[in-house]
Amino acid sequence: MTSAVAQGDVPVPRRVRGRRSSLTRSRVRAAWLFIAPSLIILALIAGWPLARTIWFSFTDADLNNLSDYEFIGFENYLANYDGEWLGLLTDPDWWRSVWNTVWFTLVSVSIETVLGIVVALILNAAFPGRGLMRAIILIPWAIPTVVSARMWNWMLHDQFGVINDMLLRLGLIAAPITWTANPDTALWTVVMVDVWKTTPFMALLILAALQMLPGDIYEAARVDGVHPVRVFFRVTLPLIRPALIVAIVFRALDALRVFDLIYVLTANSRDTMSMSVYARQQLVDFQEVGLGSAASTLIFLIIALLVVITLAAGRVRLGEDPR
Amino acid sequence: MADVILKNVQKTFGRAKVIHGVDLDIRDGEFVVFVGPSGCGKSTLLRLIAGLEDITAGDLFIGGDRVNELVPAKRGIAMVFQSYALYPHMNVYDNMAFGLELAKSSKAEIDRKVREAARLLQIEALLDRKPRQLSGGQRQRVAIGRAIVRDPKVFLFDEPLSNLDAALRVQTRIEIAKLHTDTRATMIYVTHDQVEAMTLADRIVVLNAGRIEQVGTPLELYHRPANLFVAGFIGSPQMNFIECQVAGVGPAEVLVSLPGGGTLAVPVQPDGLQAGEAVTLGVRPDHVRISPEGALNGRVELVEELGENHLLYVDAGQGRRLTVREPGDARHEAGSTVSLDLARTFCHLFRRTGEALQPQAGATSPTSPDLTSSVA
Ligand SMILES: Nc1ncnc2c1ncn2[C@@H]1O[C@H](COP(=O)(O)OP(=O)(O)O)[C@@H](O)[C@H]1O
Ligand SMILES: [Mg+2]
Repeated sequence: MTSAVAQGDVPVPRRVRGRRSSLTRSRVRAAWLFIAPSLIILALIAGWPLARTIWFSFTDADLNNLSDYEFIGFENYLANYDGEWLGLLTDPDWWRSVWNTVWFTLVSVSIETVLGIVVALILNAAFPGRGLMRAIILIPWAIPTVVSARMWNWMLHDQFGVINDMLLRLGLIAAPITWTANPDTALWTVVMVDVWKTTPFMALLILAALQMLPGDIYEAARVDGVHPVRVFFRVTLPLIRPALIVAIVFRALDALRVFDLIYVLTANSRDTMSMSVYARQQLVDFQEVGLGSAASTLIFLIIALLVVITLAAGRVRLGEDPR
Repeated sequence: MADVILKNVQKTFGRAKVIHGVDLDIRDGEFVVFVGPSGCGKSTLLRLIAGLEDITAGDLFIGGDRVNELVPAKRGIAMVFQSYALYPHMNVYDNMAFGLELAKSSKAEIDRKVREAARLLQIEALLDRKPRQLSGGQRQRVAIGRAIVRDPKVFLFDEPLSNLDAALRVQTRIEIAKLHTDTRATMIYVTHDQVEAMTLADRIVVLNAGRIEQVGTPLELYHRPANLFVAGFIGSPQMNFIECQVAGVGPAEVLVSLPGGGTLAVPVQPDGLQAGEAVTLGVRPDHVRISPEGALNGRVELVEELGENHLLYVDAGQGRRLTVREPGDARHEAGSTVSLDLARTFCHLFRRTGEALQPQAGATSPTSPDLTSSVA
């Protein structure tokens, strides 16, 4: 106890500063000078809108008249009128959209990761026309989401869509399926299109990691007669894991914010509504800027929380050893 | 234990032919070194034997069986790579055990083998470390250990020492030689370093541009190089080559005219050589002596002191530069004029095509230079 106090008395920070040479100080100054522009831009384009959204979430602002609003505290989130609980946190539609988003993220990112690894392994093998294949596979990723979502909308159309037509001809289904309207298929359809669109991105990130791997260890494994499947799980996977975690975090963050794909494919359907679609509906369709902002703020908090958890978990595992 | 036989083995990458029909007979338990300049196909030949590359044409036999179509794991070989090829995320123990785990060995059996190899290579204390926590020499031992635990019939080494510093190279070289003595396994070793080749090999295979130039024991190659290429490649500093003309042909010697007027009777079988033909005279730096009435005159351009001996680089006119190695400290300075004497019994003579003329029986023997018999 006493020793701890004694240690605490030592003016460590001042001693460190005193030891700093003028060279170090000028370096630190230069560093601040270099990052200042990006900090200012970040504050303007990210910090300010975020702060404003959070502020609006505590008001009763209306889209028709944004200058006239009152501070109402947490009433957008949770309020009690005459013993009845109201507000965002009591809205079953909100919780439905949270669940949809989380389900969509878990399923689509899982499928994309597995498919991405498979595609990357194929692209990493030497075969004629590999360069062309690598370019072609990126096409779904390069098409703007709105365009590809529209495209899929037509292909999935219950009467004129090519997909129903093909399945009917093959005899796999008896009647056309309303892919995006049917509650049983809607979310799966969204997942399918997202997988189609984003697997190339995953594959490319994983391919980059694969190409960093030393080739000689695979030859050593061949000489030792280790089965390729075993080599994949015992050698390749552990070695690309750091890159894989980064790719998964990237994709998961993207998926948690999903908006355009779902909005174009299924509009405001409750079966597929994501958190972002819900916030837009409140904000634009119902003109409830306060409630919409509250939803946006919650999205921000949920994503921030997940990032912190993922990074913490990732650091623990990354610290173990990549190589 | 197995012999390795190559019959007209060829390898083509796309359109480039890299190995042009190699015939080689490696005996059971032999230590054979492939040596040659960079890019001559040493690694390719080794990888063909390992099964890491497909043989384009020809046959490969290991232990009497034709193994052309056999996967590497079934050939009874183990390979040590130049870059060590250790699994970076596994500790030393797992690196050595990984290849055994599927080979139907029991856990106890694997453990016994790994610890035995670790003891042999003195890396027992490192078994829990990751490769990145090891020095280059330690990594190389682990790589060798990984080969040992497989108990192969044939060890293949691809320049295993080229990433080590000089002192460690010598030490590891000795350990590999000891490993060969202990295991009596057949070993095929690739290097571009002729000192490694000379010290390790039972027999050396000199490769050049995908072809075998000569196969023989280290001393055979040193004393009786079959051609200009081998003569220039084996021995350091390089053999001196002097372009000259045949002045006359005797029954057991060839008289060549030296630049500067002198002649030299080289005791080789003339084998159809005609007077007036252009030939190349080869003589190692140790077999050139500075003497008052030498056959060649020149100016010392550079002196290199090595302690136990010294090198003189002598310009003998017309851009002809000879290297001379003499014992002890140099007694001549750069710029001084010297007269050089060639030990004729140690001279080699090569035809225009590069092929060596056969020495007279017993003429070139590994004894001290016979200076008295040299002709001025
Ligand atoms: N996989 C390959 N594809 C095409 N050419 C190759 C390949 N491997 C080696 N070569 C060529 O074969 C020749 C011999 O290479 P290598 O056996 O590695 O030489 P060394 O080991 O003697 O330095 C070189 O010219 C090299 O460019
Ligand atoms: Mg090589």
